[in-house]
Amino acid sequence: MVERQSLFSFLPHVILLIGIFIVAFPVYVAFVASTWDPATISNGQMPLWPGPHLVENYTQTLFQGTAKSSREPVGMMMLNSLIMALTIAIGKIAISIISAFAIVYFRFPFRMAAFWVIFVTLMLPVEVRIYPTYKIVADLGLLDSYLGLTVPLIASATATLLFRQFFMTVPDELVEASKIDGASAMQFFKDTLLPLSITSIAALFVIQFIYGWNQYLWPLLITTRESMGRPDGVADRHGDRRAGHAAAGAGGDPDAAALRQGPGRDREVRQFR
Amino acid sequence: MSEVVLDKVRKVYAGGVEAVRGVDIHVPAGAFCVLVGPSGCGKSTLLRMIAGLETITGGECRIGARRVNELEPAERDIAMVFQNYALYPHMSVYDNMAYGLRNRGTPKPEIDERVKEAARILEITPFLDRKPRALSGGQRQRVAMGRAIVRKPQVFLFDEPLSNLDAKLRIQMRVEIKKLQRALAVTSVYVTHDQLEAMTLADVLVVMNKGEVEQTGAPLDIYEKPASTFVASFIGAPPMNLVPVEAGENRPKAEGLTGGLGLAVPPGGAILGVRPEHLMVVTGAVPEDSLGITFPVSAVEAVGAETFVYGPIGGTGQDIIARLPGKALLAPGTPVSVAASAEHLHLFDRQTGKRIGP
Ligand SMILES: Nc1ncnc2c1ncn2[C@@H]1O[C@H](COP(=O)(O)OP(=O)(O)O)[C@@H](O)[C@H]1O
Ligand SMILES: [Mg+2]
Repeated sequence: MVERQSLFSFLPHVILLIGIFIVAFPVYVAFVASTWDPATISNGQMPLWPGPHLVENYTQTLFQGTAKSSREPVGMMMLNSLIMALTIAIGKIAISIISAFAIVYFRFPFRMAAFWVIFVTLMLPVEVRIYPTYKIVADLGLLDSYLGLTVPLIASATATLLFRQFFMTVPDELVEASKIDGASAMQFFKDTLLPLSITSIAALFVIQFIYGWNQYLWPLLITTRESMGRPDGVADRHGDRRAGHAAAGAGGDPDAAALRQGPGRDREVRQFR
Repeated sequence: MSEVVLDKVRKVYAGGVEAVRGVDIHVPAGAFCVLVGPSGCGKSTLLRMIAGLETITGGECRIGARRVNELEPAERDIAMVFQNYALYPHMSVYDNMAYGLRNRGTPKPEIDERVKEAARILEITPFLDRKPRALSGGQRQRVAMGRAIVRKPQVFLFDEPLSNLDAKLRIQMRVEIKKLQRALAVTSVYVTHDQLEAMTLADVLVVMNKGEVEQTGAPLDIYEKPASTFVASFIGAPPMNLVPVEAGENRPKAEGLTGGLGLAVPPGGAILGVRPEHLMVVTGAVPEDSLGITFPVSAVEAVGAETFVYGPIGGTGQDIIARLPGKALLAPGTPVSVAASAEHLHLFDRQTGKRIGP
């Protein structure tokens, strides 16, 4: 019995450890690469142990920009990304929870029409409506601004539908009890609906934050100054052969690994379609 | 404490369903009124119209001297207990009870006092900090009651508040609700489909059927003099035996029936009603004015304190039920004679089902 038990608990651990190793190894290598000087990396023999240039590489990439390519420092770009992702995530949730509230709890003329209009926008992501959206933003003079960067991405049919679905599972009796308890519509929203939606909001926040963080095409279009657009900045950096490998490793680790493969290639496809 | 008056109240839903068809009810101040009827008869709709959760299509609803048709639920000074309790899941028991008072701007010390008082009456003080999901069904029920009583409203409204509880708890809560209502003397309207609950709770019992009131009155009056075959079969368990009879010479005539002298049946025939508990086993001759029924026993159910005896009557194929005290030693297949005295007989119109005598 003892034998079997230890075997049974041992084997899964071995499998898990192998899995962790497979997933973590490339990340580790990327980190190690970021601690060596460009010369060591470019001679093709990747060391497996961290080198002596950790602090130096990171300070340069984050705060000074790489000298050879005269790029903006990555720190600024990441801050921009953070602001953009936060604004988009919070904005999306705020707008969609309010519109779902209106659609589910109020009887107004053309309610279903309004719902379907929101629904249809699911088929119109930024990429499809990019020219008119760009034109509007440009006409409003919002190029190179956080407003222009975020507002066109805030409207969200997905989140509206999700909240609508959730609201429809909230028992009618809760609304009725609130009415009898003398709560107004907005009090019901604030005191009952919002606290009940917390888990949905948290889940949506994560998804929408990542959506905002990974925006690539839109910031590329809407920003003209280097200091504004971060995601493309980072992607360019990876596409740029002149940028040192060390900087590439440091510039967005571990997020950069994904960016290097994804949007980097994506960009060409989208531009030539 | 105010009276509740419904005056020719009607409700037509958007789809054209006429759920309530002209209902007149008068609940005196402080009385406990129970609306009872089968599922779908419009009880909840009626209650929700009093609460202001449904618009009133026609007629008038008054609470005290005020016409409330156009008032919001919060302005009607009512409190409601829902079937599924409708407690706010994210609020503590304390906050659930305090919420309505806070919205009305009641001062904090008074809220605290009232909530604690209600919790003491309902014996839920130990749970004040808990969330509803950490309570049992019975405890949630008490919190829902507490939320109603802290408000000190003019009227309590209950929509089948006990139907989610198990049988034992239901009886216990039924007694407590009655006691509480007596103590607070707040006018109450209570909806249920359970006739036993209705009988035990009501000062004023309203039997509803298909959106209309069949009969209003004290529970025992309704039990003793049901106004129609519907009420007769709905109130009382097991239900009243209803036997179609023809007109004899100053007595009802049907296969298997004897006696009943003096019970005049109109020429077109009628429906004779007799409650199972009013039937007694007889061995000798049945007095002429009593009603005698002879039928072959088809099934016997002994539940200890009493015995239910079933058997087909006459050519109708309809089963008759007799509720006999104690253990009746009857074997299926043997004929039995039972009788009910004259004052326990009811006569209804064959077409309309309305009571015609005695
Ligand atoms: N919102 C609604 N829209 C349309 N018909 C309804 C609605 N609510 C209830 N009804 C109908 O009205 C009738 C009475 O319903 P209800 O008052 O809930 O009955 P009860 O509470 O006596 O079981 C039923 O036939 C039901 O189908
Ligand atoms: Mg109902």
